[in-house]
Amino acid sequence: MDRRVFMKSGALALVTMGLSPGFLRRTAYGADLLKGAALKGAARGKTLICLFQRGAADALNVVVPHGEAAYYRLRPSIAIPRPTLAAGPAGAIDLDGFFGLHPALAPMKPLWDQGILAPVHAVGSPSATRSHFDAQDYMESGTPDNKGTRDGWLNRYLAVKGTCEAGCTPHAKASPFRAVAMTPQMPRVLQGPSPTIAMNSLDEFSVRATGPAADRLEALYRTGTADVVHAAGGEMFEAVKILKSANPQKYLPQHNASYPNSPFGTRLKQIAQLIKADVGVEVAFADVGGWDTHVNQGASTGQLAARLDDFARSIAALVADLGDRMGDVTIMTMSEFGRTVRQNGNAGTDHGHASALFVIGGDVKGRKVYGTWPGLEPEQLYEGRDLALTTDFRAVFSEVASKHLGATKLEAVFPGFDARHAQLGLL
Amino acid sequence: MQSAKLARAVSSERQLQEVLTDFWENHFTVFAGKGQVRLFIPAYDRDVIRPNAMGKFRDLLGAVARSPAMLFYLDQWQSAADSVHPTLVAARQQRPGGRMMQQRAQPGPRGRRGLNENYARELLELHTLGVDGGYTQQDIIEVARALTGWTMNPRGAAEFTFRPEIHDAGKKVVLGHALPAGRGIEDGEAVLDILARHPATAHFVARKLATRFVIDAPPPALVDRAAQTFIRTDGDIREVVRTIVTSPEFFARSAYRVKVKSPFELVASALRTVGAQADTTVRSAQLVAFLGAPMFGHQAPNGWPETGEAWMNSGSILNRINFGLGLAAGRFPGAGVGTWSDAERLKHLPREDQVDAVVLAFFGGQVSPDTRQILLSGENPLATKLAAGVPLDSVASDKGIGRPVQLNGLAQVIGLAIGAPEFQRR
Repeated sequence: MDRRVFMKSGALALVTMGLSPGFLRRTAYGADLLKGAALKGAARGKTLICLFQRGAADALNVVVPHGEAAYYRLRPSIAIPRPTLAAGPAGAIDLDGFFGLHPALAPMKPLWDQGILAPVHAVGSPSATRSHFDAQDYMESGTPDNKGTRDGWLNRYLAVKGTCEAGCTPHAKASPFRAVAMTPQMPRVLQGPSPTIAMNSLDEFSVRATGPAADRLEALYRTGTADVVHAAGGEMFEAVKILKSANPQKYLPQHNASYPNSPFGTRLKQIAQLIKADVGVEVAFADVGGWDTHVNQGASTGQLAARLDDFARSIAALVADLGDRMGDVTIMTMSEFGRTVRQNGNAGTDHGHASALFVIGGDVKGRKVYGTWPGLEPEQLYEGRDLALTTDFRAVFSEVASKHLGATKLEAVFPGFDARHAQLGLL
Repeated sequence: MQSAKLARAVSSERQLQEVLTDFWENHFTVFAGKGQVRLFIPAYDRDVIRPNAMGKFRDLLGAVARSPAMLFYLDQWQSAADSVHPTLVAARQQRPGGRMMQQRAQPGPRGRRGLNENYARELLELHTLGVDGGYTQQDIIEVARALTGWTMNPRGAAEFTFRPEIHDAGKKVVLGHALPAGRGIEDGEAVLDILARHPATAHFVARKLATRFVIDAPPPALVDRAAQTFIRTDGDIREVVRTIVTSPEFFARSAYRVKVKSPFELVASALRTVGAQADTTVRSAQLVAFLGAPMFGHQAPNGWPETGEAWMNSGSILNRINFGLGLAAGRFPGAGVGTWSDAERLKHLPREDQVDAVVLAFFGGQVSPDTRQILLSGENPLATKLAAGVPLDSVASDKGIGRPVQLNGLAQVIGLAIGAPEFQRR
């Protein structure tokens, strides 16, 4: 109930959350509350953007081990050619002489050059499952092989951060946009007791009435008993106003950022809008499907390349659009597992084990591929077929949660995982 | 299928049956998004939950345990004796007096197999005893061993079968009860008997029912009485519910309109109040999903929350308000102002009469004076003040609930009523 009590003074809470005072002056409540509100601690907070590639992206064709002979031996028709003059634009984009990016990821190469992109390879869940359902469940609950976990790790992070004993105020819980999923339903990773918002698009986050009905609806929630329903309603009308003043319909990306006109590109654009509106976004989430390439996945071009093109152009636009704000933003991608090293009989790949992910941000010590490479020779493979796991995904997630967001109680966010000795040093 | 469930909840004369069906489908939740579960859900609703929703708990538990939906959802169909225990086939092949053969469980179509504890764990934690029900990890393993062989062929007729060749024939001890070696399907039945008659199950189920029917934190005395009924009647669900809904706690002032409606309840109650036609198109199920609780859409095995606070956040209240506006604007098939039997009579009456009728129909005649005043008001002074700093221009269209509407007259009163705080509770 604490949260609800604080919501009685919602606008004050928003100030402490780091909202732009300029916006608050425009709102009905802001002007009055600003007078009494201390602006101490109104510095902009950190933001984590998690992007889930659902369906198990083929990590070996995303971050390509072009220095590995077995890679070419096991993938005669779907391998990405070595970065040579002869291969030209079909070849991998070399990163460090051993790894390269899929050519469709060219829009992300400048991020590597700027030192803000860090791929992590042979990373994933220690669970042996090759079920999409189970593996996504584990990656979102943050507890591999434990199906009993009720909440997602991002929600647990929010809860832990919200109960810090000293140094932060409980008001910090109050921004209605603290954790936003740009998804139709709340994803597993954000489910739990901490308040979160899921929305299909920013345009939908408005009361669908004009004229007196809209006013009266708000009045219904501004009167009567102060209970959980009224509090949620008051919070919502506040949030809708915040968004309205941020004016999402009129949004123009900055720095020549060009988002693909795809669902994923649109969602990332809207995440950028929210961040730039200074509405207190601490965690944002979006997902993108189409990675389950069992048949004809293609090589430098084709099915997977088309998915990667959308993926890379969307992320590159997000980074460009956020500009200097990337100093406070970390983007982390993830996929539930990798795919078989050997191509299958349909020029595709089947469900595998370890995968790869990207961490991008101003805090990130980029220009380096992280993780221990286990090799692709027969004896180095997991169960004789898959990329072996050398980095637990929780090592990366917990490092990002602690070093970027400042999470302290990691044992509560990732129960049963000892994060102390697992850090990769990528932040 | 989901819409059919909603249609019944809206139009059925047997509301208690519908409430309990919804309750048990959440208690024994399955996730439509996992593999073939979606295909098994119609039968799960029709043959497993619905016929047993008001019967004996043991019958319901047994029907669920044999249902393809649950067998698949919690991986029970893949659970087989591990390599250190003899299977029933191996045990039966031994000669009298001979040494028991150590035959490995037959590998199934997917290669490596062994014990899968998933269903056993949730059976104890979520379906029967509850997380504090006094069982150990060893109990989970013993229950999983007892249930090996309870399976199905997901590609064929998808019917329950017991396969002795993967059943662990060793001796087990479950919650202190010894299950002798060499038995088959009886092991699983014995486990279900033990669990269904355990006092912890009586308390766990009684508390959850009282939470659904009365209040988020039900008084311990009420839970105890309901649990006693459960034990006395050998788990007769109808009798347990009777104890709860005839209790003084059920009628207490402190329990009046305190339960926050779930999305399913909100949609069903709104559609029922306006006399919506039974809509079995996918659209009405989408409404429930839009409010955040897609039917059979809860991924984790704990189901949707039974407590109200979980349903209340800024996103969900917005969706509820927009649902009410959309309904009042006639955007949903077979439901709207026009389907409400009082609408024709009220159309040309003064606003005060319209508000009285809406308050009676939507709120059982009881709303706060503030709410009544706002429903009545032509121009609300507070609202004007609130709007002063914010332009109320229209927003872009989208694929969701539709463009902003300008509601007038009776439609406006109904739109406000569904969006009002009081309508979020029951």
